[in-house]
Amino acid sequence: MTGTGEQVMFWILGPLAVVGSLGLVFAKKAVHAALGMAMTMIILGVFYLAQEADFLGVIQIFVYTGAVMMLFLFVVMLVGVDSSDSLVETLTGQRWATAVLAIGLGGILGAQVGKATVGQSVGLAAVNAQTGNVSGVAQLIFGRYVWVFEATSALLITAALGAMVLAHRERLGRGPDQKEWSKRRFQEGKHLAGLPAPGVYARHNAVDTPALLPDGTPSELSVSRVLTARDQNLSPSTYTDGEREIERDVREGSER
Amino acid sequence: MSTIAALPGLVSLVAEGTDNPRADFSDTPLWLSLVKALIIFVYLLVSTLLVIWFERRVIGRMQQRPGPNRNGPFGLLQTLADGMKSMLKEDVRPKAADAFVFTLAPLITATMCFVSFSIMPLAGEVSMFGHTTPFQLTDTPIAVLLVLAVAGVGIYGVVLAGWSSGSPYPLMGGLRASAQMISYEIAMGLSLVAVFLYAGSMSTSQIVSAQSGLWFVVPAFFSFFVYVITMVGETNRLPFDLAEGEGELTGGFHTEYGSMRFAMFFLGEYINMFTVAALATTMFLGGWQAPPGIAAINDGMFNEGWWGLLWFTAKLWMFMFVFVWLRGSLPRVRYDQFMRFGWKFLIPATLAWVVLVAFFRAGQNGWLGGTVDVAGRSFPVVSLALVGIIAALALAGGWMWDARVERREARLHPHVPDEIDPYAGGHPVPPMPGQRLREPSLTAPALTSRPDTEEATRG
Repeated sequence: MTGTGEQVMFWILGPLAVVGSLGLVFAKKAVHAALGMAMTMIILGVFYLAQEADFLGVIQIFVYTGAVMMLFLFVVMLVGVDSSDSLVETLTGQRWATAVLAIGLGGILGAQVGKATVGQSVGLAAVNAQTGNVSGVAQLIFGRYVWVFEATSALLITAALGAMVLAHRERLGRGPDQKEWSKRRFQEGKHLAGLPAPGVYARHNAVDTPALLPDGTPSELSVSRVLTARDQNLSPSTYTDGEREIERDVREGSER
Repeated sequence: MSTIAALPGLVSLVAEGTDNPRADFSDTPLWLSLVKALIIFVYLLVSTLLVIWFERRVIGRMQQRPGPNRNGPFGLLQTLADGMKSMLKEDVRPKAADAFVFTLAPLITATMCFVSFSIMPLAGEVSMFGHTTPFQLTDTPIAVLLVLAVAGVGIYGVVLAGWSSGSPYPLMGGLRASAQMISYEIAMGLSLVAVFLYAGSMSTSQIVSAQSGLWFVVPAFFSFFVYVITMVGETNRLPFDLAEGEGELTGGFHTEYGSMRFAMFFLGEYINMFTVAALATTMFLGGWQAPPGIAAINDGMFNEGWWGLLWFTAKLWMFMFVFVWLRGSLPRVRYDQFMRFGWKFLIPATLAWVVLVAFFRAGQNGWLGGTVDVAGRSFPVVSLALVGIIAALALAGGWMWDARVERREARLHPHVPDEIDPYAGGHPVPPMPGQRLREPSLTAPALTSRPDTEEATRG
């Protein structure tokens, strides 16, 4: 019963949706994976629109792509600058267990979905013309399925509150103050005067330039971990070279 | 269980048939739709060229300088020259940038901004190449939601631009932009709900025709107020252009962009301004319908055909002027204050407003009791009761506020006596402003100071 236009659209967008979902699994960068997922969600919304479920399609794009995926992206962009994936298995044999469980779940789902019988599709054209698309959805949500709908929303609100309560950690005791930090440093016997500050030179000081140790080597501890992970630190040699030049000029001048 | 049975009956009370668009596209062949799409595209591009010139000229006037006036008459071709310049500039991509996403981001922004205009009714029924067709590309039962959804996808352009540039300032700008636009889109969507309740539909043509009697700016005035604020926040314009705040972020998400890629962001920003202004026009100011006085002339002569385009454009440019006016007069808001305003005032206040409007509408539909006749017009009891309650609450709130202000004033400015004895406390005290000194008397206790103080000072 599908028209030519719908078929053409499906065979263009369908593979794209598959590409997007494969991108979610195989992309190396987390942002690329999130983008692939966003594309798949938009295409799903377009499919709903093509099936005359206007409200559902637009809400799919509005809520999932516009809000949920955006929050994902928000987190993904902030995390992952510094973190490097550990390739060590913390739970022994978890890969095999995961594979077995995944195949089992797939098998159960496949068997159940395969058993389902699909009746003759009715389509939404008649309902859209008579009741209207939005009113039709409203009648189902606030009419026949009102208790299911309310129970689901109560569940979602509970889940959101639970996530907030669990993620928000109250501090149990008092945090260590400056005095206690210094005592701890002396007990450990390391960095007694605190971590070294980043490089300060005659004509330059910056957070991205490491300080030089007495033997002339740059100190890793003096620069931010994040900048090191991003490879954005500068070498102090440009400043030290300039300094040496000036010293040589001064020396030559005094010898003259 | 009886409630379940009663609910479908309640739903069917809604007037049927307002869901679907009023616009009739039966006499519109496919090629005509393509022609209309092209017309809208050109309309938007020309408007963008004009509005950039307009903005610079008007801001110039506000700052007592002429603005661009060299290229073409009145400097009208300045934007064209700028566009040519950015096309011919060298295309630079930072080494740390993510090549694919860096190019994708401006493309998303520049394409998404055009989509929303497809559902804007620029005029009523017009005759075009021998066909009678509504002057809008398409209309659906969820047309207004489509605008919000497309805006949501458009945000990706800004966020991805910030991330893919590979440097901290754009990243911060991108994060700010996403947080800001999502928060303000919630308030924007909520403010539009009141309009949906009044129109009984989300289709733009239905909303415009529902305003033939009274523009929704009057009954939904609070929604209009909230919408105008959120539309400035949504388009990243001053005073809410925190995503590109030059003072703190050197340009925000587009710091690393130049040449044509930057021009695409620029284009997107201005067309987004037109989109939100067109939505405001359609939702609150009667869309393409003529203003009240003019609409009455000669049996609504000015309300038909191509005249609609004139009124629509005029209303659109009124909003453009407001945008420019705001930019010319207000400083940038601090980010945390801006977010607090959005989440803690706009969203809860709009929610309360939507509930209120829902009660009014239910009263008008006669679901909540009868009506009362006052001065020849009948009003629903619920509406009158609600108005009474709100008036009483406002009165009580105002009274309490006044009392609080008075108390604070009294605390800040305690009563100062006219005369002061400088030695009253045993120690000489200078007078407060406006106070007179009382002549010290010989019997005053202050001059004979206590022995222990003497001891202390001597020691």
